[in-house]
This record gives sequence, C-alpha cells and structure tokens, in this order.
Amino acid sequence: MLAAAHPRRRRWLDAAFLLLGAALIVLSLGTLAALLLDLLRDGLSRLSLEFLTSFPSRKPDQAGVKSAIVGTCAVMFVTAVTALPLGVASGIYLEEYARKNWRTAIIEINIANLAGVPSIIWGLMALGLLVYALGLKRSILTAGLTLGLLVLPIVIVATREAIRAIPQGIREGAYALGASRWQTVRHHVLPYSMSGILTGAIIAMSRAIGETAPLITIGALTYIAFLPPSPVTPSPPFVSLSWLDSPFTVLPIQMFNWVSRPDPRFHANAAAAGVVLMSITLSMNALAILLRYRSRRVIRW
Amino acid sequence: MTRKKMRQNAATLIFLGWFAGAAFGQALVRIDGSSTVYPITEAVAEEFMSANPGMQVVVGISGTGGGFKKFYRGETDLSNASRPIQVAEMEECKKAGIEYIELPIAFDALTVMVNPANTFVESMTIEDLRTIWSPEAQGKILKWNQVRSEWPDQPLALYGAGTDSGTFDYFTEAVTGKAKSSRGDFTASEDDNVLVQGVSKDKNALGYFGFAYYIENQDKLKAVPIVNHENKPVLPSEASVMDGSYTPLSRPIFIYVNRKSLDRPEVRKFVEFYLKEGPALTREVRYVPLPAGAYKAAMERVAKGQIGTAYGGHSETGLHIDELLKRPLSTEPRK
Repeated sequence: MLAAAHPRRRRWLDAAFLLLGAALIVLSLGTLAALLLDLLRDGLSRLSLEFLTSFPSRKPDQAGVKSAIVGTCAVMFVTAVTALPLGVASGIYLEEYARKNWRTAIIEINIANLAGVPSIIWGLMALGLLVYALGLKRSILTAGLTLGLLVLPIVIVATREAIRAIPQGIREGAYALGASRWQTVRHHVLPYSMSGILTGAIIAMSRAIGETAPLITIGALTYIAFLPPSPVTPSPPFVSLSWLDSPFTVLPIQMFNWVSRPDPRFHANAAAAGVVLMSITLSMNALAILLRYRSRRVIRW
Repeated sequence: MTRKKMRQNAATLIFLGWFAGAAFGQALVRIDGSSTVYPITEAVAEEFMSANPGMQVVVGISGTGGGFKKFYRGETDLSNASRPIQVAEMEECKKAGIEYIELPIAFDALTVMVNPANTFVESMTIEDLRTIWSPEAQGKILKWNQVRSEWPDQPLALYGAGTDSGTFDYFTEAVTGKAKSSRGDFTASEDDNVLVQGVSKDKNALGYFGFAYYIENQDKLKAVPIVNHENKPVLPSEASVMDGSYTPLSRPIFIYVNRKSLDRPEVRKFVEFYLKEGPALTREVRYVPLPAGAYKAAMERVAKGQIGTAYGGHSETGLHIDELLKRPLSTEPRK
C-alpha cells in the first residue's frame, strides 16, 4: 500500500484536496457574485417601487415589470401545484410500492432520459398537445403545465434519492409495530426525506423560473399591459380560476426583449428586471430552506 | 351538511367560477409577429389603451413567419410583418378562409456601418457590397483592397444579421439578388446590439443592421452612403428614406389585418388609431414614417375592406412606396 506507507504524503494530499475544493467554491461563488454585482450596477438606478408597479412601455424610464412579475408568479404557482405533488407521489410509488421488475426499470430509464430533454422540445410538445389538441389556449395554465412537465423528472429523481437515504431499519421498525405500508410512508418515510425532497423542489422551481424557450413556443406575449383577473372575487363563490385562462408574459421574456432594443436605456431596465428575477428565485429558495430547516428539526431517530 | 359534501360544493363552485370568468378578454386585440415591427406596435398599443380604457391589446414576438402561422390559424387579429406575405402563407390563409388587409405602416432602413476610425470609405455601391457578401467571397475576400484597389491592405472584419432574421433576408436579397444567399464567415447575431458593439470596437469592421440602432449609437459608428439607382451616394436619414432616394436598402414594413376581426369595434378602432397616430409614434421609436399620403391610402383600404397583397407572394427590393400603393391587390399568388 503506497498511500499507507507515506503518512506525510497522505496528509499533504489531504490538504491539497481541501485547498482545491475551497478554491473551486470561491471561484463559482465569485462568478455568481460578479454577475450579480454587474446586474446591480447596471440596474440599480432603475430599481424602484415604480418599476415594480408599472406596465411595459416604449418609454424606458416609465416601463416596468408589473405584468411580468404577476405572470411569473402565476405560472410558477401552477407549476408548483402540478409538478411537486405529482413528482413526489411518483417518487414514493417507485421507491416504496413498485415491484422491481423490467416494467419499473423501463419507467426509471425513461424518467432519467426525460430529465435531459431540451426545454424547446417540451415547448413543442406542449404546443401540439396542450394548446392545439386539448384546446387550453396560450394561457397561464398551459405555461404552468408545460414547465410542470419540464421539471417533473427532476422532482421524481430528487424524491427517490431522498427516500433511498432513509435506513431500512426505520421501515422495519414501523412494520414491526403493525403500521401499514401507507402509515409507514406517511409518518416515517415522507417526514424524514422531506429535506431532500425540498432541495429537489428548489432546484426544479429555479430551473422553471428562468425558462424562456418553451414559453415563447407556446405563445407567451411580450407586451401585455393588464393583469389576469383576480383569483378572489367580491361575489360568491369568492374564488375564480379564470386567471388560468389569461394571456401572460414572464420576466425572462421581458428581459430578453429589453436587451435587444436599440435604446441603451432599455438595457438598464433589463438589468433591473434581472435583479427582480434573482430576488424572486432567492426568496423562493429561502422559503424552501426554512421549510427544510423546520422539517429537519422534528426528526428524532 | 357533512364536511365532505361542503368540500364538494366548494369545488363545484370554483369550477363554475372558472367558466363564468371564461367570458374574459372580449375587447381584446391580439397581435403577434415580427420583432422589427414590434416597437411601433407596442407604442401604438400603449397609447391606444390609455385613450380607450376597457380595450386591451396584447403583442407577442414570434417573428414574421411565426406570426403568420398564428394569423392563418385565426389566433391573432393583426400580424406584424417585416416583409410581405409569401406564397405559402397566402395559400394557408386561403385554405383557412382568412382574408387579410395589407397595410404598410413604416420604413425600415438597413444601414451599412464602419468604425469611425475608418477614413477611407466614402461611399459604397451595391456591387461593392456584393463583392464582399456574396457566397463566393467566403474565405477569399478578406482584405479591404480586394474590394477596391484604392482601399488599404487591411483585414476586413464582417458583422451581419443572424440568419433567422428578416433583416438578413432583406439585405441578402437586395445585395446578392437572392434571399439568404450570403457568405457564412462573418460575425452573425440576432441581437443588433452585439453588432453595434463589434463595429464600434474594431477599426477594420464593416457591418449592417437596422437604422434605429445606428441612430441610438451615432457617436460610436459611421454610416456609409450607398450609391443608389441614380448613381448618387445617399446616407440613410429620415428624409432620404422617405423620399425613396435611399434605395435599395430601405423597405416598407407592414401590419396584416384579419378582415373578419375588423367587425369587432376594438380591432377597427385600433387599426384606425394605428394609422392616425402611427407617424408620430414611429418617429418616437426611431423608425421612419411613410409619407402622409400613404397613411391616407391605407385608411381607405381599411374603410373599403380591400383584401389581398400588392406583392403577389414575393419579396421585392427597391420598390417605391407610391408605386406600391398604386398596385392592384390580389389574394392569388403571382407566378
């Protein structure tokens, strides 16, 4: 054993690896920080409450991201309520219920492959299936479902990884006490794997929020100066889902449009919209991290 | 009522609410198409909505071709187009029973640009441009003195529009005589701002892009006068584009209106608003408006509901706007 014969060399290798790891982290975080600083420097002058509450305009200093923020949030909401329950349920089924045979093997391979399908393909699929075949129009619902499908494999894979990390003894303990399979999942497997599942959810939603290509394919707009109808109505039934039918735009599309305008003042708007997009992503992540922290606290093995 | 029943009722009500709300979007004008025409339509939409509360306009960008696809599916009321409707699109419209009114609404001028440090280029002819940009020049015409012997022995750095853009189609058609026929060894970008950056930093550069990008960056770029059909070198400007002397690198851009949509008051009102307020707003977003008579003629087309195109399904370069407006309109492709 070469390594065992040279304890000093081993220690040196250890230190070198530590140094390399630290350098890589600094490099990647530094790049992110530089990008953020650059965005902030270009966009800070435009960031104001007015920018957040104005509709797009041909006048760069009056233009804002109101419709894009609302559009992004609405689409993300639909994506979250479709992809997360479906993805987690599929993950649980594949790990806890499905028999390990060739059929599940095929499903597993397919899910892994789906995670690698380029987003534009999902857009084309959604255009054919959701917009034309199912007649859902070019709406928030279509966009949310498209992105939901896009990130579904990520959620499934993350859920399975999280569940697999739970020691088999936990399950056996539950069964020994007479718990049914569902009770075991509900009271043990799911709570204990929650932090891993939430990490997967963060990754999935962060991927979805920046997507532009599939949304352009299904017909996201560029100029829209009104909001979808409110989900809450003053008269019974007090809840309305008509906002799902509404045309929409999202932040990345608004940014892209501004970047390509001739007037350089629009480029500052694009940077400011970038900062807004980053803040939404970061606050989404913060929420998930908070939930993860709380779910970890309750675990007592 | 049991809890379960209450829950069921709530779900039913929510669904009913959805369908009750489905009537939403009645006074909505739907527009899609070219990114070149977009800034003008956006400006008109903005003004129209503040002048007509309750009427809503939405504008998308999916390119001239993408816009026509939605148009002949009946998904949009207006289509922004940076080139006239093509034969295949005319046939699709006919198949779907869509009748369209062709309205030129502004000029777009392609501007040939060099670096401000370039002092030797005083003007260029279309032949010069053809020598540089034709497919045969690829890998061969690499120095300025290969274009004209009096120009210096310096490398030639080329910047041009991305191959998916209407700008590329128009420039190649005007210069080489065939749309999309171009050399491939140049810096191409769909984003004209990238080209502005490139030309402004490279003293050997030559590039072409939309007039509006030149106007916004005049301090960093030098426009090249183009020798026109009367053998006169002409710089692109509002005056020279409007009177037709900056040719063949200027072209009209269009909106196409679904005739059936005009029966809806919001669409008719929007189109009339477009033609009335268009000239001022066009100038504001740095495009060149048509001469006043052209808007009048277009207004007449709308009033009379004259359908069809003046181009017969083929793009043409160097066509004067007056000539274009006098031409008969047809929905039949010309051979």
